[in-house]
Amino acid sequence: MLRSLFYLLIVKPIVLLILGINARGKEQLPITGPAIIVANHNSHLDAMALMSLFSLSVLPNVRPVAAADYFLRNPVLKWFALTIIGIIPIERRPSAKGGNILDPVLAALDQGAILIIFPEGTRGEPESLSKFKNGIAHIVSERTQVPVTPVFFQGLGKCLPKGEFLLVPFFVDAFIGKPLLWSENRQTFMGSLEGSFSQLQNQAKDQDTFF
Amino acid sequence: MIFSDIPISVRITFSAIAVLLVIASLFSRWLQVSRPDKNYHELRQRIQTWWVIVAVFAVGVLFNKTTSVITFGLISFLAFKEYLSLIPTRRADHRVLFWAYLAIPLQFYWVWQGWYGMFIIFIPVYVFLFLPMRMILIGETQGFLRAIGTLHWGLMITVFSLSHMAYLLVLPVDKNPIGGSMGLLIYLVFLTEINDVAQYIWGKSLGKRKISPKVSPNKTVAGFLGGVISTAGLALLLAPWLTPLSTYEALGSGFLIGVAGFVGDVTISALKRDLGVKDSGSILPGHGGILDRLDSLTYTAPLFFHYVFFLKY
Repeated sequence: MLRSLFYLLIVKPIVLLILGINARGKEQLPITGPAIIVANHNSHLDAMALMSLFSLSVLPNVRPVAAADYFLRNPVLKWFALTIIGIIPIERRPSAKGGNILDPVLAALDQGAILIIFPEGTRGEPESLSKFKNGIAHIVSERTQVPVTPVFFQGLGKCLPKGEFLLVPFFVDAFIGKPLLWSENRQTFMGSLEGSFSQLQNQAKDQDTFF
Repeated sequence: MIFSDIPISVRITFSAIAVLLVIASLFSRWLQVSRPDKNYHELRQRIQTWWVIVAVFAVGVLFNKTTSVITFGLISFLAFKEYLSLIPTRRADHRVLFWAYLAIPLQFYWVWQGWYGMFIIFIPVYVFLFLPMRMILIGETQGFLRAIGTLHWGLMITVFSLSHMAYLLVLPVDKNPIGGSMGLLIYLVFLTEINDVAQYIWGKSLGKRKISPKVSPNKTVAGFLGGVISTAGLALLLAPWLTPLSTYEALGSGFLIGVAGFVGDVTISALKRDLGVKDSGSILPGHGGILDRLDSLTYTAPLFFHYVFFLKY
């Protein structure tokens, strides 16, 4: 409930008015889970911008996967991250307790969630793509029937770069690629994922020559 | 504002615009049906978007002063945002850009207040002096001139120039009893848009010699002249209904809008060519970006405003 209100009253107006997302290939986005969306990460706005691309009926099922050490570091942020954004917190380092750090992610997929994963791990320099971590390959190797949809955002790093708190409006482009499926092993899967991203990035470059 | 408060001439103008759009919509449908082998998708999309533009414009002029100022402020905001999204900006200028955006509500607040003196110098003087100072406080000198030059040019075009449209609405009504408060603005916008269309149609049907081959290879001398003359003719016809202008003054305003509209159009074309993009954005399906539609108005709005202001106010 709170989450829908937040989405309707804050995320949608901000995204519509302040940002203005120009999404290409929106029909490729999954409507039902389990599914994974993989996006580049430049700004705190990324997750919200992605959520805004979904309709209100699908939204409760959309869960960003985020670092526990960052988002659970104080009670207010923790409440906001868990209740409003609906993140699935994961540890960035294996804990002493043992067990697989990806267990909560796999559990969410089994419940039919649409997960948002940023395989760069952390927000990089504005408007550049860092090397993908292969946690995503581990997840998909465990759940091989789950489709992975790549989304490339351009411009969000200009709106709210890492370390800034002032949001500055820019039009943002989102390029949504064809869903990928698991292929043989982790290397080939990461290869096809990175290939798909560089294709989307080129599509973005053709659109806009400058950055 | 209640419907009966809207001057009869304004009601007729909006009805005429609606009739024109209905004709255009029916004509485009007929084209598609009679020649199914050709694709008229873009033309039809363009006309559909015209309906939306006219609806927004109607909201912008027909209600009250506050609605008008907010509508035109939002249009300037979208245009400036589109401009900033197109040009290369420096990472260091993040907060400077935020200040530049703040100029928009202030500028439109001066309009709402009807504070002419502030309205006319705020961006050209105060913002012009403030933004470089803010940049210098950050201290990045690499690319300074280019950054401040492009930023201020964008503010002048998308905020200062376009805010003249809104100021036409707050000029004293008693000077224009027939057209009312919105008559001048409707006159300006209608003539500017018709001028675009007329230049296009004349150019398509008669044009041979190119007028600006490097910037806009599709523009021709015949298109330009035909457009200006058509616009001047229409200006003569409309002026008694919407403006306080006399016959010769109306003719002059028609020529002014025709020529300035052309210059505004090719100026934005030059900007797009420099940046290597075809359209300035994609917010208006069939037209491109908001600057693609407002290009002529960035020149006609301030020039027509001062023409009328000097003659009548």
